[in-house]
Amino acid sequence: MTRPRYSVLLAGLGLLVGLLFVASLLTGPAGLRLGPSIAALFGGGDEMMGLVMREIRLPRAILGLAVGAALGVSGAALQGFLRNPLAEPGLIGTSASAALGAVVAIHTGLAAAFPPALPLAALTGALVSVALVLVLAGPRAATLSLILSGIAISALAGAATSLALNLSPNPFAANEIVFWMMGSLADRSMLHVWIALPVMALGLALLLPTAGALDALTLGEDAGASMGVDLGRLRLLLVGGTAALVGGATAVAGSIGFVGLVAPHVLRRAVGSRPSRLLPASALGGAAMVLGADIAVRLIMPDRDLKLGVLTALVGAPFFLHLIVKTRGDTP
Amino acid sequence: MVGRWLAVLATIGITLPALAEGPQRVVSMNLCTDQLAMMLAAPGQLVSVSRHALDPSMSAMADEARALPANSGSAEEIFLLRPDLVLVGSFTDPVTLAMLARLGVPVEVFPAEETIEGIRANMRRMGKALGREAEAGTAIAAFDAELARLDDAPATARPRAALYAANGYSSGSQSLAGQVVALAGFDNIVDEMGFGAGGQLALENLLLSRPDLLVEGRRYPGHSRAEEPLDHPALRALTRSVPSVRMNDTDWVCGTPRILRAVSQLRDARLALTGSQ
Repeated sequence: MTRPRYSVLLAGLGLLVGLLFVASLLTGPAGLRLGPSIAALFGGGDEMMGLVMREIRLPRAILGLAVGAALGVSGAALQGFLRNPLAEPGLIGTSASAALGAVVAIHTGLAAAFPPALPLAALTGALVSVALVLVLAGPRAATLSLILSGIAISALAGAATSLALNLSPNPFAANEIVFWMMGSLADRSMLHVWIALPVMALGLALLLPTAGALDALTLGEDAGASMGVDLGRLRLLLVGGTAALVGGATAVAGSIGFVGLVAPHVLRRAVGSRPSRLLPASALGGAAMVLGADIAVRLIMPDRDLKLGVLTALVGAPFFLHLIVKTRGDTP
Repeated sequence: MVGRWLAVLATIGITLPALAEGPQRVVSMNLCTDQLAMMLAAPGQLVSVSRHALDPSMSAMADEARALPANSGSAEEIFLLRPDLVLVGSFTDPVTLAMLARLGVPVEVFPAEETIEGIRANMRRMGKALGREAEAGTAIAAFDAELARLDDAPATARPRAALYAANGYSSGSQSLAGQVVALAGFDNIVDEMGFGAGGQLALENLLLSRPDLLVEGRRYPGHSRAEEPLDHPALRALTRSVPSVRMNDTDWVCGTPRILRAVSQLRDARLALTGSQ
């Protein structure tokens, strides 16, 4: 009964993401006209315009889509596994820890010597934090312990990031604390796309097979286990997949908060609360959210690098407060 | 009579500093006043410069500064040097200045110079503050002579330069760097966009403005995301078709006669450019 509605939903979301992707390509300070910029994108027309479209705007749009999808799907998976709608990579400290890993890789010179070290270090940071949260919050992941351990991990990772940047001999480094905490896609290049995409693809490959097990888990851990869910394997896949997705995204775009919270929340009812359906829908929803935010930062302040996290927090924080009020009513 | 003695004392009190020909223990707290003072002070007159003056990545006179003790600009440290004149820039922390004023330390504030006339005025002012007017006059004359020698740019059909530094910052004609670009005989692409003193230049606007010369900011040690746009593949593609120069920022961060080195470097780039056409 709900099957056609679900496919319509996915198609609609896909169309929205496609439109936002094109809009992102057409948004920029240079104010290029539609026809010439499309021609330039496919190699026709003016050489400089081609550079602008292919080397500046295309990587930005691709990263907006990929980073948003990664954050959206990670949020949906974490929420499904912990059965808590407040679980989100930004709030449980995963993004901050991934940023710390990236900063360490960059400022030790590791990333310059071996570029894939950047997302791998971010992945490692994310891995440590997800594992830590799962241990700290316990199997039932009560809201209080989940959020508190997230706050502590975020604060610690943020402080270590600030320390690493302050120790840098580079006079600009200390100002970049803002980038790592709020995120931005300004002036990213195809190099960043090639660095981040493989790691994010790996994360997706680890997470998608968990869909069925997450469905079974909605009935509770015991019921899930009786239905043949291998909880240990599920936990490994989930931790690894989330860490790779958030690590890849954060390594090139900084921490962008609340995407993994808002996208699943908005779409949960539409997919009938089934995690297996929420994963793809949240990926599309997250992609739409980040692409939209990245278009907005360029329209609101074309000549300043307004951070993406500012916009996603403006949308996401009220959602978060609303969810706190709601879950407070649910739990004893 | 008491009144007569007081008058004599007052006369001595007023005339003694004048006889000593300017201050004897001068402390500078600002990178730019450091350099002007090192150029104009008598031997032994300058007793300390800011620690930035010793940093070769910021100071054009790091070698000269190494002979002097450095200060880090705290009021306590300055006061303990027992200066009879302290040289500061207009951006020096006002809290420190208020403390020095309360301690009775004489302070001379030098505005940040953004024009050639401003550089002359600050050299004159430094000469006066140090009691070295004659030396300042000689230095200004030498500066003007060198400036006249370098000034051979045509007024029209000038090549267009683009300045691009960390964070995509570009200096306009109302900045010192912009003045240097103009003196070297270039038009500045951001003046066409109404930048004034300067601002953030979008990479795509830089590419589409098609400059004749790209003037890149210097690189600092370590890594920063602010400098990543300087390695952007799109910018590298531009520099394959357009010549670029990397400037030594120490030559034009301060309004001193050293900016002529920057003018000379850019003028060479212009001559290479127009000569090849």
